[in-house]
Amino acid sequence: MKARAFSYVRPATVAEALLAFAEAGEGASYIAGGQSLVPALALRLQAPERLIDIAHVAELRGVSCDGEWLRIGALTRHADAHDDPLIARYAPLLALAAPHVAHPAIRNRGTLGGSVALADPASEFPAMMLALDAEMEIAGSAGTRRVPATAFFQDLYQTAIEPGELLVALHVPVARAEHRCAFDEFARRRGDYALVGCGVMLAMPGDVVAEARIAFLSVGSTPMRARAAEAALAGQALDAEAIRRAQAALADDLDPPDDEQVPAAMRLHLARVLLGRLLGRMEMAS
Amino acid sequence: MNAPLGALDRPNSYIGRSVSRPNAKRLLAGKGRYVTDLVLPRMLHAAFLRSPYAHARIVSIDAGEARAMPGVRLVATGADLAKLCTPWVGTLDHFKGMKSAQQLPLPVEEVLWSGQAVVAIVAETRAQAEDAAEAIVVEFEELPAVVDIDAAREAGADRAASGIADNLCFASRLDTGGIDEIFAGAAHVVEEEFHFGRHTAVTLEPRAILADWDASEGKLTVHHATQTPYQFQDLYSRHYGIPEANVRVVAPDIGGSFGMKLHVYHEDMAVVGLSMLCGRPVKFVADRLEAFVSDIHARDHRVRARMAMDTEGMILAMDVDDVTAIGAFSTYPRTSAVEGNQVIRLMGAPYSFRNYRAELSVVFQNKVQTSQYRAVGHPIACAVAERLVDMAAARAGLDPVSLREKNLIADDAYPCESPTGYKFEALSHRKSLARLKALMGYDALRAEQAALRERGIHRGIGIASFVEISNPSPAFYGIGGARISAQDGAVLAVTPSGDVRCQISVTEQGQGTETIIGQIVADQLGIARERVRVITGDTENTPHGGATWACRGAGIGGETALQAARKLRENVLGLAAAILQARPGDLDMRDGVVVDVLNGAERVSLAEIARIAYFRSDTLPKDASAQLTVAHHYAPQGYPFAFTNGVQGCHVELDAETGFVKILKHWVVEDCGRIINPLLVDEQVRGGVVQGLGAAFFEECRYDENGQLTNGSLADYLVPMACEMPDIVIAHIETPTADTALGAKGCGEAGTAAASAAALNAVNDAMSPFGASIAQIPMTPTRLLKALGTI
Repeated sequence: MKARAFSYVRPATVAEALLAFAEAGEGASYIAGGQSLVPALALRLQAPERLIDIAHVAELRGVSCDGEWLRIGALTRHADAHDDPLIARYAPLLALAAPHVAHPAIRNRGTLGGSVALADPASEFPAMMLALDAEMEIAGSAGTRRVPATAFFQDLYQTAIEPGELLVALHVPVARAEHRCAFDEFARRRGDYALVGCGVMLAMPGDVVAEARIAFLSVGSTPMRARAAEAALAGQALDAEAIRRAQAALADDLDPPDDEQVPAAMRLHLARVLLGRLLGRMEMAS
Repeated sequence: MNAPLGALDRPNSYIGRSVSRPNAKRLLAGKGRYVTDLVLPRMLHAAFLRSPYAHARIVSIDAGEARAMPGVRLVATGADLAKLCTPWVGTLDHFKGMKSAQQLPLPVEEVLWSGQAVVAIVAETRAQAEDAAEAIVVEFEELPAVVDIDAAREAGADRAASGIADNLCFASRLDTGGIDEIFAGAAHVVEEEFHFGRHTAVTLEPRAILADWDASEGKLTVHHATQTPYQFQDLYSRHYGIPEANVRVVAPDIGGSFGMKLHVYHEDMAVVGLSMLCGRPVKFVADRLEAFVSDIHARDHRVRARMAMDTEGMILAMDVDDVTAIGAFSTYPRTSAVEGNQVIRLMGAPYSFRNYRAELSVVFQNKVQTSQYRAVGHPIACAVAERLVDMAAARAGLDPVSLREKNLIADDAYPCESPTGYKFEALSHRKSLARLKALMGYDALRAEQAALRERGIHRGIGIASFVEISNPSPAFYGIGGARISAQDGAVLAVTPSGDVRCQISVTEQGQGTETIIGQIVADQLGIARERVRVITGDTENTPHGGATWACRGAGIGGETALQAARKLRENVLGLAAAILQARPGDLDMRDGVVVDVLNGAERVSLAEIARIAYFRSDTLPKDASAQLTVAHHYAPQGYPFAFTNGVQGCHVELDAETGFVKILKHWVVEDCGRIINPLLVDEQVRGGVVQGLGAAFFEECRYDENGQLTNGSLADYLVPMACEMPDIVIAHIETPTADTALGAKGCGEAGTAAASAAALNAVNDAMSPFGASIAQIPMTPTRLLKALGTI
């Protein structure tokens, strides 16, 4: 399959990018790493009239930390999520999830901003934005705004980004000494979209879980927070009983889609097994 | 082996040596020339509009707008191409009562599967052709899709194609008699219903064709990613009415085939006609989505089978019912009945029981056609029989290896015949099993398994013995009326510089055919292998032959090369004798130099002989014959097939909570007779095992109830990948066939034949503590959790 013809522009700044989109109207599409968009173009599932290539916009690059927040430029590659020392120190959950994202060739090109903006419910990074309680910085004609992850993911491939707006950075509250995190997923083959995946952030200043954030991928039309499971852990020591209750609570959190290949009951079952194993590992390590 | 040194065991023999492939560096360097790489002057590109329905009538086609679009040179329908190309029917005479609907390059009235090409668009670029395809409006009237194999066979069922009386393509029955009585009196009877998913080849290089019709000469040249250029030369000639000598088919570098690239595909036939209509070269390369909906699929069998055993643990009989669904018509020219036929004939072939009954039903349905793909029928026959053997062992309280030791045909029982009529020259089942047991450390694995079960770790061990069909004689296709050659031809020539050129009809798709042919020629002539150039895959430059399929390259092509090389050697030594005034029998050729056979003294180089023959024939005696080019053909004689054998072991760990299986290790002991190149044989076996494990755990073409393929992309159709594949340990037993001087048999299908069976047994072994079992492949986590009763 060959893509339909399109025009191509390569802005140098966010302002130029926004202008290029405004000129083209709804027929435009931003492209960064292109790891989702290019196949969609080739399959003619999408056929924008104009591609606005933001890969050369310098202000979208770079990772920095002000002590409270880690700012991850939207063009940060998946491979950097694994290798970047600031991410490893202040958002280690991303570094744990990164090796599960597709394959090395894709990780070398795909961007965190692109993944979060696409909001594929089976992708790792969007779900991790929920687990991290991150905020998305979005630029539009009226300036920039920050949207918390809980308000960002709205429906299947639907986010708080309005047409023409551009995701410029991900802001993650820095991990402190009391934070523990874990990530894993069940995928048929290494690099495949997972049948279910989960990231866990626990704040454990002492022996008791002060706060838990649990986010799942591949369990619905958006990445999902597991609030009931989180509540089952909050204020509890991380022991077998607490873990069992958190697993049981997932029935209230998740209502996975049902299909012949992966029935809803199977996904819920796998989610429980996965959460149990992650928390079990954290219990062992604590 | 302790036999005296023969002609194949000369000092520094190339036969039996792991030499590298001469073409590997070129291909790795990106210098391969695949059909996709070829660019011809004035070349156009074809794209196809495909049916969205599994079964529909074509009401109308409106291509007015498309014809006027930029770059578009032709829009052709089924009716346009039917004026040029005669129809075909995929039946063979020796399959009695077989039927199938007539086929044309593009359908005229009726589409038979979702994804079938309906309209061809030819444009200056592929993108323009696809743009135009979007502008074509085809009105379809949807017809009932035949999907279910049981519903398809009911009286009055909807038909998968209007050109057939009912949905039964072919039925066959084998019966040695008295089966019901044997089962009634047996000490143990085990039975199971097996399901084998459809899967497909997924070659790295998809199908590709570039047809170039030259009206000035009435000549057709087709660059075609195919295994069988001669077969297609014949087909293009006959169906387009072009004299055979005016049709040239060139198969350049090819990126894998596995049996998928030897069938007639509608698009390929269409492209020839499109080139004739345009008077320009036309290229078509199937993209991956098109490959999934138009390459042949394979397998798709439901087998109900039972096995009877006596109190001593001896297998008495098997009783088998195989229903296989093949699509809406049988594939041309090799048909879609061969797989089912081989399933019922290979069933239980390694074992010595004599009583057998089988029914085969080959059924039409509205899906992509199925046909021959690597290890045709073998994996199904093997999985059914080997699983029943394991079930019988469990029933009798015997170790699965012990039961096999008792029942495998004894190594000294040959020649013998299977209850289905296959004639075995010499196999080594028991020796192979003993070797496998040692290789695996079987007893230690069993002890480890028991210890780990105590700790909640569930490992499983699976064994599967197999027989493989190779070196097919005309009994395969020729006898059925197909113009598919079972013989091969080679032309060997000494060049004026004393190099050797070998033009041979077997072909290369990445497996190393050219390498082994070069080894054999160099070995038999007595020259360095670097001085042999092997040329394949061009009907205008190589003699007619069967080419590559059904594991015949080494056994038949290799013997052809061997005999041709011996003939050329005789001519060279005869000429040398005339030049040296010696007797030919006193001379030998070693490392490209004619020497005295007794003391090895160098007399004259091959290069010098060639110089004299080509440039100074005036110096030769009057009666000397300087025949430095020889042609030779060889067809299998003796046994109709050279059967090979082997046994595989698979070790897995089941995560009983998730249904995920980790394949820990896989072992193969196989016997392909004389091994020409151990490196290439091991590669063949490993690749075959990976495809078999793919079938066991990952690969499946899934359809919905409307006949729509729901996972036709590499994101959704899971091929086995390196991360999930285990180490594969291989050992060999060599039992050469006495039918040829070379003694080689095929090895390309051995890995695939039994890998899924061994995996099926291993997973069932791991599940046995739960009282659960599975009889369906691929064994997905969902199916395993269902089998375990978790969901």
